Amino acid sequence: MVQFTLPKNSRIRTGKTWPKPEGVTRLGTFQIYRWSPDDGENPSVDTYFIDLDKCGPMVLDALIKIKNEIDPTLTFRRSCREGICGSCAMNIDGINTLACIYGLDEIKGDVVKIYPLPHMPVVKDLIPDLTHFYAQHASIMPWLETKTNRPAKEWKQSIDDRKKLDGLYECVMCASCSTSCPSYWWNGDRYLGPAALLHAYRWIIDSRDEATGERLDELEDSFKLYRCHTIMNCTRTCPKGLNPAKAIAEIKKMMVERVV
Amino acid sequence: MRYLTDRKRAQGMGSGRQGTHHHWQMIVTSTLLVVLVPLFVITFGLGLGGTYEEVLAYFGRPIPALITGLSLTVGIIHLLSEVQAAIEDYVHGVAGKLTYIAAAAFAYTLIAAALYALVKLAL
Repeated sequence: MVQFTLPKNSRIRTGKTWPKPEGVTRLGTFQIYRWSPDDGENPSVDTYFIDLDKCGPMVLDALIKIKNEIDPTLTFRRSCREGICGSCAMNIDGINTLACIYGLDEIKGDVVKIYPLPHMPVVKDLIPDLTHFYAQHASIMPWLETKTNRPAKEWKQSIDDRKKLDGLYECVMCASCSTSCPSYWWNGDRYLGPAALLHAYRWIIDSRDEATGERLDELEDSFKLYRCHTIMNCTRTCPKGLNPAKAIAEIKKMMVERVV
Repeated sequence: MRYLTDRKRAQGMGSGRQGTHHHWQMIVTSTLLVVLVPLFVITFGLGLGGTYEEVLAYFGRPIPALITGLSLTVGIIHLLSEVQAAIEDYVHGVAGKLTYIAAAAFAYTLIAAALYALVKLAL
């Protein structure tokens, strides 16, 4: 049965409020989820204050400033700082997005609230455990499958067929979409989720791939594919502006096309 | 604690090779309901407010009787499919299976009762 309330050891308590910096004209307030596996405590929300005039424009800049200048124990993933690696996905101001491309000026309220991606096990602070998410991605065989002998030069593809991959190949696997999906929350153990399904469609629609039937066979399942109820949180939240819901709908159309 | 690889955990027991039939059935029944529901509202509305004998005579006519019968049957089958999806979403394991059996029993009983009532009215 689905759990609608947090278990006792996940309930969030009020955490530490760090001192405000002196002589600041533009003060930024950040409430950040904290949890460490080492201290046996429940998660908490710590409050930090920073001088926005001495901070870069993005949420990730603020997090790095907090880690460098206030609290070095604050833990989060980051790498490219330009929306390409997908490492810094987190829930900012109620939206799953990439901290590196989410501007501080986009925050609606006075306080920036930052939590890890929802409904995932937490490794520490803002770092979710994405092991299962990556394993699901691997299970859809995210590579070109061919049976014909390898051509002497290259697998050719027309310009029109190449265009079909636009809006699909750009996915950086940040998990923002899957962790915004209620179906993935309740049935993430079996439902592949929007990210893996978008990648599955990327290979199904690839004109060079020769495993279309096998790929569709693998997806034809009440849980792997059909837990998608077109809620479209995935499309709304995707920080790269992609449309996983459309990709899933296209897979469903192909499923119907081959049986009706 | 089970020592499963991440990949085995993700793949589970593999694909059930079903789901498209349910998806297609939902499309078919919802398309039918787009037509049937307005017709049902109109025909059922026209039958309301009469005396007992007038209502009996009204549902004795083929068009109102057929539209009512079809609307109830297709509507309840569609509803059962929706309920199945909701149960699969929220109730897992044996509890989910038993809940679905109970829902199906209720839905088919409802269809039978509705058709029986309609036949009694019509004949």
